[in-house]
Amino acid sequence: MSEATPVLECRDLSISYFTRAGEIPAVVDFNLKLMPGEAHGIVGESGCGKSTVALAIMQYLGQNGRIVGGELLFEGRDMRTMSEDELRQIRGSAIAMVYQEPMASLNPSMKIGDQLAEVPVYHEGASPDAARQRALEMLDSVRLPDPKRILDAYPHQISGGQQQRVVIAMALLSNPKLLLLDEPTTALDVTVEAGIVELINEISRNFGTSMIYISHNLGLILETCHRITVMYSGEAVEVGDIETVFNNMRHPYTRGLFSSIPLPGADKNEHPLVAIRGQLPLPHERPNGCYFWPRCDFYEAGRCDEGAIRMRETGVGSDHFVRCVRFEEIDWEAAKPKADERPPVEAGDVVLRVEDMKKHYEIEESALFIAGGETKTVKANEDLNFVAREAETVAIVGESGCGKSTFAKVLMGLEETTAGGVFLGNLDLGNIPVQKRDAATIGKLQMVFQNPFDTLNPSHTVGGQIARVIKKFGVETDKAKIEERVHKLLDIVKLPRDFAKRRPRQLSGGQKQRVGIARAFAGNPALVIADEPVSALDVSVQAAVTELLMDIQRDHRTTLLFISHDLSVVRYLADRIVVMYLGQIMEQGTTEEIFAPPYHPYTEALLSAVPIADTHIEKRKVLISGELPSATNPPQGCPFCTRCPYVIEGLCETEKPPIQTFSDGHAIACHLEREQLERMEPVIKVADGSARPETETVPA
Amino acid sequence: MSVATAPTPASALSILDRLRTPRTLIALVLLMWVPLSSYVFFGRHLGAAQDLVLLPAIPAVLLLYIIAFRAWSESPIAVIGLTLVFFWLLMAVTAPYLPLIDPNRPIAPFQMPGSTVDGQTFWLGTDMRGRDVLARAIWGCQRVIVWGVTATLCAYVVGTAFGLVAGYLSGWWDEIISFFANVLLSFPVMVLFILVLNYLGQSGVNIVIAVTFASAPAIMRIVRGLTLDIKTRDYIYAAQTRGEHPTYIMLIELLPNVRGPLIVDACLRLGYTTVAITTLTFLGLGLQPPDPDWGLMIREASASALLWQFSYMLIVPALSVSSLILGFNLMADGLREMSLRD
Repeated sequence: MSEATPVLECRDLSISYFTRAGEIPAVVDFNLKLMPGEAHGIVGESGCGKSTVALAIMQYLGQNGRIVGGELLFEGRDMRTMSEDELRQIRGSAIAMVYQEPMASLNPSMKIGDQLAEVPVYHEGASPDAARQRALEMLDSVRLPDPKRILDAYPHQISGGQQQRVVIAMALLSNPKLLLLDEPTTALDVTVEAGIVELINEISRNFGTSMIYISHNLGLILETCHRITVMYSGEAVEVGDIETVFNNMRHPYTRGLFSSIPLPGADKNEHPLVAIRGQLPLPHERPNGCYFWPRCDFYEAGRCDEGAIRMRETGVGSDHFVRCVRFEEIDWEAAKPKADERPPVEAGDVVLRVEDMKKHYEIEESALFIAGGETKTVKANEDLNFVAREAETVAIVGESGCGKSTFAKVLMGLEETTAGGVFLGNLDLGNIPVQKRDAATIGKLQMVFQNPFDTLNPSHTVGGQIARVIKKFGVETDKAKIEERVHKLLDIVKLPRDFAKRRPRQLSGGQKQRVGIARAFAGNPALVIADEPVSALDVSVQAAVTELLMDIQRDHRTTLLFISHDLSVVRYLADRIVVMYLGQIMEQGTTEEIFAPPYHPYTEALLSAVPIADTHIEKRKVLISGELPSATNPPQGCPFCTRCPYVIEGLCETEKPPIQTFSDGHAIACHLEREQLERMEPVIKVADGSARPETETVPA
Repeated sequence: MSVATAPTPASALSILDRLRTPRTLIALVLLMWVPLSSYVFFGRHLGAAQDLVLLPAIPAVLLLYIIAFRAWSESPIAVIGLTLVFFWLLMAVTAPYLPLIDPNRPIAPFQMPGSTVDGQTFWLGTDMRGRDVLARAIWGCQRVIVWGVTATLCAYVVGTAFGLVAGYLSGWWDEIISFFANVLLSFPVMVLFILVLNYLGQSGVNIVIAVTFASAPAIMRIVRGLTLDIKTRDYIYAAQTRGEHPTYIMLIELLPNVRGPLIVDACLRLGYTTVAITTLTFLGLGLQPPDPDWGLMIREASASALLWQFSYMLIVPALSVSSLILGFNLMADGLREMSLRD
């Protein structure tokens, strides 16, 4: 085979930022070779330098960033020697980039057609009419419905998923040799993400574009890329083919990453998640030698913490490099995580009962000057029915706009129900706003919030914020006792006691979330609502926080309502699952029942959409088209009928689906025949053919 | 603004850094402010204490200056502003102890800067009534600073309170408060001042009221906007879901988090208020003679010192006002620059 010129080659690339505090190396000694048509994934946690690499490739590091060493070759030419004019020609034509936030990449005051047409006009000198025609064709090829309408729309008039498709279309318009994708789907819902991933794969097949795909999600990389670079704290620690790295990882950090994400084999009782201890070092506090050693289980003094450690070829698979001095000695098979010995928790009595709960909002259609007009009803929650027992984890799964946050607000007393009841014990909370609840009731119901950077008040100390909760709920009144309880709570969430005097900005995201958990458990709650508590955290920290939440719940026999969109996390920790779509329950049952057929068509699509970072898993592709309908104008019958692949014409659009029960507690709201639902194939299959991995099948 | 986040070893902490706790800073500000304001507000009623009351304020001003200088040394702009403002503050608290000629005693009219009469040198000359311009300029800063800061403070208390209520409680509260704010904002500022002062009479207190009417709506707008943003944060939900009273949420949870942009705005607004008060005095609507005041000095000079050679009577107070306002504005610029950097 003849040696083709790589589209992009990084040789010992080092990038630094120059700040008031001096030089901060962001990326050190980075190597990458991207062949034509190849897709290369860069995976790592926040602050590991993956976006810096992308910016360096665009030669767009900003005023204080600079390439301090190595070479950056684009089609054999060193980009550092190119003039500003040449670079401007390359950017956007030969190299195109897609960013995380689609709304921020589009100019909100320009029509989409005009923005797209700019590309051929500027880079190729095409006539405006020809450019517009090209734009139209490109919108069609990124599978946007009704491209003519979208051409004349402003960015805010189309949904997030459509915006990201427009951004991708814009990137492709100039026929780039290299496409950089920086977390292109992170801001999108799972089912929409699946569509974008499919599109990206199609592009790489049809256009032969080389791609660099940056993500924190190993599952997405598996679905899109040929090769992968794992980065840690500015260094590439492992590079290789997807298959090799996923099945024969040779760096302790890579292994740590894989054991801290819930894979289908992981179960909270049989196969707990193993978090990487500690946290990412700040760029100016990196240790000597291997940057990972303070968190590594295989650390050996004198070897790991001295001198620069080079990438070495492993001999496993082709072109598989790893930056570890000890990889040959480590027994990769023996060092598997142990199973949890503790017996599974038995669920107790019913704590929360939701009966025919409805929450509707009336919104007034008002023009700019004329008030009044039609009132519309938004059905945020419609006929919710489910129960949660003591010590049980019930997961509410759904995408944005499914009404899960509204439900949490009603439960917490920030909103009142329109009809039906929400019973905590025997007390109907549905119409008692939080001001009218007594301290004991409020203390019984607490919440862990999603965004760690928002959950604590930046102006007050950590201890003060926890103490306020203790005082408010009357758990303790004596000042010394309150302080003691604050310390005890910090112990429970595994934070040092002197954190009580710190302010939130001195804490990392994971630590803040731990404080958030401590605060929620300060009043000895009976029920804790966790609204996506880990989705904003880094992968290696997620596992630790998830485990912590589960441990406290187990010890206190608290009921946990876990709101999430991530089915793999939910599968790992939930006992029962409620799947919601546009304010209605589509399916509910135990975790086993939800993950095995019969499925509701929406559950099936959701299962298929979740990326799984395991090469042994085969997923049946169930792609659903379209986007979530607007909540102000939902379909009359089944809310899912606009996207459902099994839709029955004339029935699903007009009539509400009946609730079919399959076993005690497993209920599906669907018009499909019982037999047809039962005939469904499992979505997630392990390669050896069994429907679901009963024992651990996590790759070594 | 720039409290060190990294823990420093205790031995490396100088005494000055140890003084940089919120509590000592508030104590120092009070130590400076209480004597200065009581001196200006009560003046002659203090009797024998009048001569001593400003003494503790002098070390407080110096200490505050050094602390602020060290804290903001990274921004040259802020340091220049700081120096200008603290120069005038120092003049305000030391005026009684400086070897100055009595600012109200007529000696020899129309003396040029630098001339000497009866063994007394008038470095900046005398005005048309024969009073020393230098002494009047230094004494004049007292009233401008004290009334300016008091008025701004008052406007902030009122504006912030209404802003928090409008932003947090929204609904009808917001409609009513915003409506009144819009009505007030639609008046030209000078018309508003003249209306208030003509209706209530001319006095320091009424200047404070007039400035409050003019500034509070704008402050309320800023606070309302910040509150609308912050009230969607999770920690506000957390406070709501543990049943906190709205007053607690507004004062304890919201207020400390809107202070950042407000401090910058306050520096700018101190400048505007100083201009406003000087203008009012110039128009004859504000503080009354004979005590020295920059606005008054400009007014008197503009009426009687029509010859070019006597322009120093105008220039000295005008430059004094400008330097103080420039100081406030530069401080605001520096603070904003520093807050953007981190």
